[in-house]
Amino acid sequence: MNRDNRRLDVLFIAALICFAVLPWYRLRGGFFTLDWVGSYLSDDRTWPGLTQLDQWWLWPVPLLIAIAAILRFTRPAGQRGGWLALTGAAGITWMVIQGLSVGLRGWNWGALEMLGDVAGQQAFGAGAVGILLCFAAMIAFGLAERGALKGDAFVIGSITLLILLVTLFVFYPLLSMFTGAFQDYDGSFTAAGVARNIGDPNIWSLGCVTGTGGCGVAWRTFFLAICTATGTTFLGLAFALVATRMRLPFKKSIRLLTVLPIITPPFVIGLALTLMLGRAGFVTEFIEDTTGWELGRWIYGLTGIWVAQMLSFTPIAFLILIGVVEGVSPAMEEASQTMRATRWRTFRRVSLPLMAPGIANAFLISFIESMADFGNPLVLGGNGGVLSTEIFFAVVGAQHDPSRAAVLATVLLGFTLSAFLAQRLWLGRRNFATVSGKGDGGNHAALPRRLAWPMTAIVVLWAAFTVFVYGMILFGGFVKTWGLDHTLTLEHYARAFSVTFDGGIAWTGIAWTGVAWNSFWTTMEIALIAAPLTAAVGLLTAWLIVRQRFPGRGIFEFALMMSFAIPGTVIGISYIMAFNLPPIQMTGTALILIFCFVFRNMPVGVRGGIAAMAQLDGSLDEASLTLGASSPRTLRKVILPLLRPAILAALVYSFVRAITSISAVIFLVSAKYNLATAYIVGLVENGEYGIAIAYSSVLIVVMITVIGTFQLLVGERRLRRRIEPIPKIKPREVPT
Amino acid sequence: MTTQRRGAVAFQNVQKKFGAFTAIPDLTLQIEPGELVTLLGPSGCGKTTTLRMLAGLESPTAGRILIGGEDVTNLPANRRDVSMVFQSYALFPHMTVAQNVAYGLESGGMKSGPARDAAEKGLDLVGLDGMGERLPSELSGGQQQRVAVARALVLEPQVLLLDEPLSNLDARLRRRVRTEIRQLQQRLGFTAVYVTHDQEEALAVSDRIVVMKDGRIAQQGAPRALYEQPASAFIADFIGESNVISCTVEKVMDGIAQVRVGNLTQQVPARSATVGPAQLSVRANAITVQEGQGPFAGRIASSAYLGDHLEYEIDTSVGSLFAVDAEGDIPLSPGTSVTLGFRSRGLALIE
Repeated sequence: MNRDNRRLDVLFIAALICFAVLPWYRLRGGFFTLDWVGSYLSDDRTWPGLTQLDQWWLWPVPLLIAIAAILRFTRPAGQRGGWLALTGAAGITWMVIQGLSVGLRGWNWGALEMLGDVAGQQAFGAGAVGILLCFAAMIAFGLAERGALKGDAFVIGSITLLILLVTLFVFYPLLSMFTGAFQDYDGSFTAAGVARNIGDPNIWSLGCVTGTGGCGVAWRTFFLAICTATGTTFLGLAFALVATRMRLPFKKSIRLLTVLPIITPPFVIGLALTLMLGRAGFVTEFIEDTTGWELGRWIYGLTGIWVAQMLSFTPIAFLILIGVVEGVSPAMEEASQTMRATRWRTFRRVSLPLMAPGIANAFLISFIESMADFGNPLVLGGNGGVLSTEIFFAVVGAQHDPSRAAVLATVLLGFTLSAFLAQRLWLGRRNFATVSGKGDGGNHAALPRRLAWPMTAIVVLWAAFTVFVYGMILFGGFVKTWGLDHTLTLEHYARAFSVTFDGGIAWTGIAWTGVAWNSFWTTMEIALIAAPLTAAVGLLTAWLIVRQRFPGRGIFEFALMMSFAIPGTVIGISYIMAFNLPPIQMTGTALILIFCFVFRNMPVGVRGGIAAMAQLDGSLDEASLTLGASSPRTLRKVILPLLRPAILAALVYSFVRAITSISAVIFLVSAKYNLATAYIVGLVENGEYGIAIAYSSVLIVVMITVIGTFQLLVGERRLRRRIEPIPKIKPREVPT
Repeated sequence: MTTQRRGAVAFQNVQKKFGAFTAIPDLTLQIEPGELVTLLGPSGCGKTTTLRMLAGLESPTAGRILIGGEDVTNLPANRRDVSMVFQSYALFPHMTVAQNVAYGLESGGMKSGPARDAAEKGLDLVGLDGMGERLPSELSGGQQQRVAVARALVLEPQVLLLDEPLSNLDARLRRRVRTEIRQLQQRLGFTAVYVTHDQEEALAVSDRIVVMKDGRIAQQGAPRALYEQPASAFIADFIGESNVISCTVEKVMDGIAQVRVGNLTQQVPARSATVGPAQLSVRANAITVQEGQGPFAGRIASSAYLGDHLEYEIDTSVGSLFAVDAEGDIPLSPGTSVTLGFRSRGLALIE
């Protein structure tokens, strides 16, 4: 069993490097810049763990590695596996305990002071993180030697790593947020902040119902989400019915419209609405001029947010519902008609009840989306905010009250998670969409006439409205001052994206003089790093879930899918609270943005991967294994080439989301690493609508270009000689 | 010991549970080098699970598995010296035929040049020379099946595993391919473990058949031994269709038992039978059917015409019997009184 020993030897060498060479603690200048190499010997802050052993809480680390080494040299592979795994687990546990216990200025928890005084320590650096990974690998190798999961170290290692990552980047932040709510500024326990906020009438008041003033923000948000979910589900259903059950000339373009909201930064619709219907909006002015009515500021507040969310989320509801509407077996409708039911009766008594679970599903997802929406309320909220914006202002605003933010975030999380659980547990088992393997002949029944005409009218009007709004967005970038001076100009584009060429024809370099370049390049860089990582992590997870049988698999999948229901704002606030202090300190770096994107968008990659993997015959993996290929090689040579469409979808989705996302990252951007969306929001707050819109338009164009490039890079699967049509990318995957 | 030799396989007290369900309670099985052993049984009998444990695609809950004397119980599939032909062939659809065949060689570290040459030889072996540049989807089912065999064989494994390799082929092709597989195995002399639920296929290719039922070995032996001397009603019925009839052993002498069924007496090999009531397995084609009255009477319940033979369901005093008549060409109509007789071949006492 030389192979078992060899990989352990590699592990020990890696552990040695991490402990005796790499800087143990976090470096202020960042590890990846490699600035520290120059001053490595002179600066004791860059020294490795080996030199920090005056801190007694680090002793177990070399001790455990030594134990593992003794096991390696004294026992054969068959007998040491369990002990190796235990040693690894002990190592991880101890690293977590000491990291959480000893903070910057000594003990983090008052109760531990009886153990004696300790000096503080910095956050984990490259060495400490490396050692953590070594311990994880030790668990994997140990379990593999025992024959767990058919002795496949790669599979066990991936599972261990993923569990560590998901714990660290999904559950640890949430936990930090809850504990943060109960902490004072100096870190000691206090329930005052929570007590003050939890019963706050500003959150929970039902004044608008009882007639004694306004309602609390929680109920307002809830009410808004109900309205948005109802409206988008209704419109989505109308679109879906018209698209599948009627012969209309513009059916193809309806599908095209569904792509738009995905590549639109989330606040752009709010912005366009402001420019149209705001106080100085041209529609407002037109109406006021012609009729003399005073329209005022009606667009600011819940009404405006509602309209904007309807525009943003109707396509999502449509995407879900078109599957539902197409999924109803035509045979059922034909059966109903042969039993002498009219078209109306067929629709009401057969088609609609069969679609009901799907409709409820669309409703719940729209509900979650509306609750989590941050961009539209930020632009249109005015004085009456919703939970997500209130959280934002509780952190960045004058009140600066982290415990209020935590309480609000918990309330928001409570709402979205309830909706998610309802969707998973209640709807999960009630699915009548009857797509069977059998070729279901027959045609869908046509819509009853009393439905067809109103539906068509609504669909046409709404589509026209959407197109109009998007037209406004493009147009807005080219006029001088919106509402006042509609002279065409390129000024906004020039200010945002001007470039100066040094040295003329000799070409000595470019100066990126436009104001937008800085955030633009950061966004591109981070999105391009995050997209492949997201796709990789997502598809690896999907592979593990579909192809491997490991204990806790169901819980693992459930936890991953649940993270989809965590609103971005909650993620943002929880990341600040978790990663601002040791043991893991990342705020203000590009790393935190990348991790945020990876773990926020991963569930979609997982879902797409699971769906795609389910269509691959499992014996392909097994054939590759029995032909002597290791699991990584199987993944690379067999699975990945066959999953190209899913990879492409995951890449595109995570790339686009990294560019358009605002809710989480607005908490995490810094002066050094600013992102396009955060920058645009800043422009909007300063009233520089022209540049904001110009910048947004450029983003949309860039995204379309990059999506095309991805498509070329990933290429097609070649399974048959004939050229396959390029698989249609599902623009936005939705948990169902 | 033979278990030390290359190509030998041993299951030692192997148990496999899936959650609360026990698929294999306790399996002990030796396979000799160069032997073709068939695991035969109805679906759910544990034959595929046994094969997959040998391949490393399932790990046993308890017990040991040895290949060529080496304990491979905890070894992952890719580190075992076996290769497998899958029911669905599992050809990689994005690779050409040659790439498929070379895949395992390259996984083992062979350079792509030599691997390509070896793949070409492998394709020669199964009669697919010149097809290397095609995609699997451009081949017929039988050709795909042969690519799967070539892909497994070029690795020169100690043991070749075949999981219902013919079930996706039509009947005519099945007969040809199974002969090819058997000839290849005998020519190259590798050990093979062959899973099937088709008794005819098992009889045709095997050195030894292991019949499994509920995760246990019901009986094992050479095809002829199993067919002619089934140990139980289950085997008798599973390998070739049989009627199991109650009978009386009247006397046993020189290894021959005299058996009485109704008014008929018949001599059959005694095996371990003793005087007294017993069970007799009667092959469907061991019953002769003639119109008229006789010592062993029956009445035709239903009949069917199948071209080269006739099938009868006959009501008799010892129960309903299933008989095959290969000689007659006009089926007797239901209700006809017949007299029955036994041929000496096709009768066996079972325990």
